[in-house]
Amino acid sequence: MLLIPCPWCGMRAQVEFTYGGDATVRRPAPDAPADAWVAYVYLRDNPAGPHDELWQHSAGCRQWLRVRRDTRTHEILGSSPPGDPPDGDAR
Amino acid sequence: MKYSIFSLARNALSYHERWPLAWRSPRPKPRYDAVIVGGGGHGLATAYYLAKEHGIANVAVLEKGYIGSGNTGRNTTIVRSNYHLDPNAHFYELSLKLWEGLAQDLNFNVMYSARGVLNLVHSPADMDAAMRRGNAMRLNGIDAQFLSRDEIARRIPNLDCSPGARFPILGGLLQPRGGTVRHDAVAWGYARAADARGVDIVQQCEVTGIRVEGGAVTGVDTTQGFIATARVGFAVAGNSSRLAAMAGLRLPIESHALQAMVSDPVKPVLDTVVTSGAVHFYISQSDKGELVMGGDLDFCNSYAQRGNLPIVEHVVSACLALFPSFGRLKVMRTWGGICDMTMDGSPIIGNLPVKGLTMTGGWNYGGFKATPASGFLHAHTIARGAPHPLNAAFTLERFAAGATIDEKGAGPTPWAH
Repeated sequence: MLLIPCPWCGMRAQVEFTYGGDATVRRPAPDAPADAWVAYVYLRDNPAGPHDELWQHSAGCRQWLRVRRDTRTHEILGSSPPGDPPDGDAR
Repeated sequence: MKYSIFSLARNALSYHERWPLAWRSPRPKPRYDAVIVGGGGHGLATAYYLAKEHGIANVAVLEKGYIGSGNTGRNTTIVRSNYHLDPNAHFYELSLKLWEGLAQDLNFNVMYSARGVLNLVHSPADMDAAMRRGNAMRLNGIDAQFLSRDEIARRIPNLDCSPGARFPILGGLLQPRGGTVRHDAVAWGYARAADARGVDIVQQCEVTGIRVEGGAVTGVDTTQGFIATARVGFAVAGNSSRLAAMAGLRLPIESHALQAMVSDPVKPVLDTVVTSGAVHFYISQSDKGELVMGGDLDFCNSYAQRGNLPIVEHVVSACLALFPSFGRLKVMRTWGGICDMTMDGSPIIGNLPVKGLTMTGGWNYGGFKATPASGFLHAHTIARGAPHPLNAAFTLERFAAGATIDEKGAGPTPWAH
């Protein structure tokens, strides 16, 4: 069982959270070329290592949060409110 | 050596101490006509069909661990072709037809057991979906049979078919030709047959880089040195993104852990594969007597080849809701494998946008049953430079072109397929 540090509630069990996927994808401008939209919708870095991802504390405070987790070990390296983290993306 | 009753008798006389090795363990040559990355069922099948169907035998299969040590040895051994969409139906039906003749083709007993795969129906909406899928299968020439609740209760007496069940059973869609195959034997059988045709199977050889010059592959860097080749095929589901990144490509794939588990072995109690889409659970009994169970993904990106306890609890509680009598059994082992989850839930088998580079991957939950057809069509794509009609729809380009094959209709959320 993962223990996820919610920035608002503290350490909570994984079962209180819903996964939201890669936090580093950015929605392109509405007039961006088609390949930018294809990359946004479909393509992922899918790193083996630190991964910035969104979770929602859906059975808790219902806030979204951003978690940095190592996909090789499941070790959680930190969490922050959603949006750009102070130290930039993991990759 | 051909395996037969006579070779068995002959070797019994020498106390089974003189069986020849089933495949060689060669050092890699400096150059091959084609290099297949990944010594699981898919990679070994690709090499086998390259040699058998296309006469390309100067092939190396590179495996970072030992053959069959990845998802080939971690799945729940179920084979079936009960798909609704045409590309999936025809692809998996080719695979099932190859499974039916595989033991004879490879001269290796892969223990294909056509015990039937039953999808349970728990609601009127499930019923409509099962009827629709069953009819689509029959239109595609695939066996499908609808069973009433009473027929299911008669066939599977320990399944709780009572009206008061936690998940009431209204009926089920059966594919009689579906069943199970001994998963390790698939790797061993393909390895032995490919080796006999001249393929080099190189274990403990991890690919560390893909060399590309002028938009074309020139070779691979490995832990056993550089190997020159103009054709590289990836068969590394779970790690497809990592290999593609070595060639500068990003794929519409995320890696997720899928767990499975077995109970302690018991006498025969279940002679069919039973699945429930509504509770996401599947179970069969192995020849050793263990009940083999699986369920959902762990629902977060992972390369760790193990999962977390909440899914184990989910699988076991689904099992007990459907089969209350299994409550006395113990879970003996749990393990995890890493799945390539694609953005539409269907695989990618074909050319990548680097000349000479191909892949078979993106298997989501369904890689094991695809093994023979995956190898057959991947080999065709490598040999001819263009896909076979049966994998022409499974391109990487389908995402940009809007031609996704989304069996479940879940959209570009890989962990939802």
